[in-house]
Amino acid sequence: MSEADAPMIELRNVHKWYGDFHALKDVSLAVKRGERVVVCGPSGSGKSTMIRCVNGLERHQQGQITVNGTELTGQPAQIEAIRREVGMVFQQFNLFPHLTVLANLTLAPLWVRKMKRAEAEDVAMHFLARVRIPEQAAKYPGELSGGQQQRVAIARALCMRPQAMLFDEPTSALDPEMIKEVLDVMVELARDGMTMICVTHEMGFARTVADTMVFMDEGAIVERAPPAEFFASPQSERARLFLSRVLSH
Amino acid sequence: MAGSLRWARANLFSGVVSSIVTLTLVYLIARALWGVISWGLVHAVWHAADGRACNAASGGEGACWAFLGVWGRFIVMGRYPYAEQWRPLLVILVFAALLLASCDRRLWSWRIAALWGAGLAANFVLMLGGVAGLAYVPTELWSGLPLTLILAIVGLAAAFPLAVMLALGRRSSLPAVRALSVAYIEVIRGVPLITVLFMASVMLPLFLPEGTTIDKLLRAQVGFILFYAAYLAEVVRGGLQAIPAGQYEAADALGLGYWRKMRLVILPQALKIAIPPLVNIFIAGFKDTTLVTVIGLFDLISTASNAITDPQWRGFYVEAYGFIAVLYFVFCFFMSRYSQALERSLARGRT
Repeated sequence: MSEADAPMIELRNVHKWYGDFHALKDVSLAVKRGERVVVCGPSGSGKSTMIRCVNGLERHQQGQITVNGTELTGQPAQIEAIRREVGMVFQQFNLFPHLTVLANLTLAPLWVRKMKRAEAEDVAMHFLARVRIPEQAAKYPGELSGGQQQRVAIARALCMRPQAMLFDEPTSALDPEMIKEVLDVMVELARDGMTMICVTHEMGFARTVADTMVFMDEGAIVERAPPAEFFASPQSERARLFLSRVLSH
Repeated sequence: MAGSLRWARANLFSGVVSSIVTLTLVYLIARALWGVISWGLVHAVWHAADGRACNAASGGEGACWAFLGVWGRFIVMGRYPYAEQWRPLLVILVFAALLLASCDRRLWSWRIAALWGAGLAANFVLMLGGVAGLAYVPTELWSGLPLTLILAIVGLAAAFPLAVMLALGRRSSLPAVRALSVAYIEVIRGVPLITVLFMASVMLPLFLPEGTTIDKLLRAQVGFILFYAAYLAEVVRGGLQAIPAGQYEAADALGLGYWRKMRLVILPQALKIAIPPLVNIFIAGFKDTTLVTVIGLFDLISTASNAITDPQWRGFYVEAYGFIAVLYFVFCFFMSRYSQALERSLARGRT
């Protein structure tokens, strides 16, 4: 396998337990550079746990996770190296409330990438423009709407120039009228060729951008298929049941 | 005027009972106030040859401020050599300047640390002397307000960073670090300050090799720092625990690493939350420096107690202790007002 074909993110036979609870059961998944993977499934199925294992926010206990050629072991230096290359967007935005929008965006470039301030601010303004809120740079996160906050969070992750992005239910905490503005930004990002793993219930978005749909239930990957195939003829009973529920209205 | 009348009617005289309570309280307050004014101003004696003359002049009805005219300087400066007392006066001014400069948030960076380092070093040289033509003054002679300020300000300024480290240690994922921090905090908190000071002044020399002596003031200062670090640590921990897990995760996900995560993301928010209880402990700590009098350091309490034993001016307790009470109040009130202003100015960046 050549360097270009090697998966950007690879999980091999990953297991995770919370005490006695088996949260991830033998999960294997390979994500190629530029591939967009959308993960869906009922709540508690292990979707979030899986992507949180990819950047080491959760520790897996068995199996291998490799990101960009670096294996995720317990070593802090390795975890930090991977986190620098993989951006993450959370359900609750998790912006830093004591810093302005601009300072939220420049924090990691300044301190982790050791960029000069002027350069970091240029990069920040570039991505704020891309998520269409450059005029909010001087405000504090608490002064923005949920949709704006989530777009700032996406821009914050992009400022590190990550090679892949993880989205953990980015629209679940938003009011319905703000979901679209966030999804639009994500669609654009996908079109630009960003490698993405996205946990979401937004099936319309999945249909638009996904190269691969992954359906999880009870900690295991049940199905993996291109979206056309997955939505038209899900193979498992559980996926059929799940789709009938999320698509019924 | 009409508005305040309406307010008074609604809040103070809304019924028979509340009217009676209001009038009674007004009477009591007025009486107490009159008592203070009558004692402190109307019948007060400002100049007198000695205590007997002073008492005769006031007829026992008023304060004898003449006592402070004679002994005030001693209460403030204590046993520090009389001719050199401009030095501790300068030290007090440097402390005041440092505190005022710290109020300016534009200086909150390495500059403020540098400023404090320079200020404390300058104060140390000023107090001790022995260089640059300044006469050497041993620490046994440091006393009064300068001593109180040194113990409190140096003590709390040094205890605070230690407290932050202890609080982080107590929440560390490393078991050894956590156990040590918990043990330290619990042991120190379980012991009264006075025992820590006795330990430092009486017990510690017994453990040291023959012939080594550590300055008594230094021992008390270190004991004070170690004690207050434990209390402050628990307050800082409270602030740390109030920060949502998402903040830690977001900082982690950006690859900040532990120290930068704490310094740039977690501590600024946690310390802001902890301002009211922190100031509470600062104020308590400032006043607790009075306990050093039991190990023979000559702080404001000691100088005041000493002044009232003068045969010429015996027994002016109220004047002496009232005077130092005012000094303590000025500093504590400043801390309290400043913390309120700080909370207001930090309130903006909050969800």
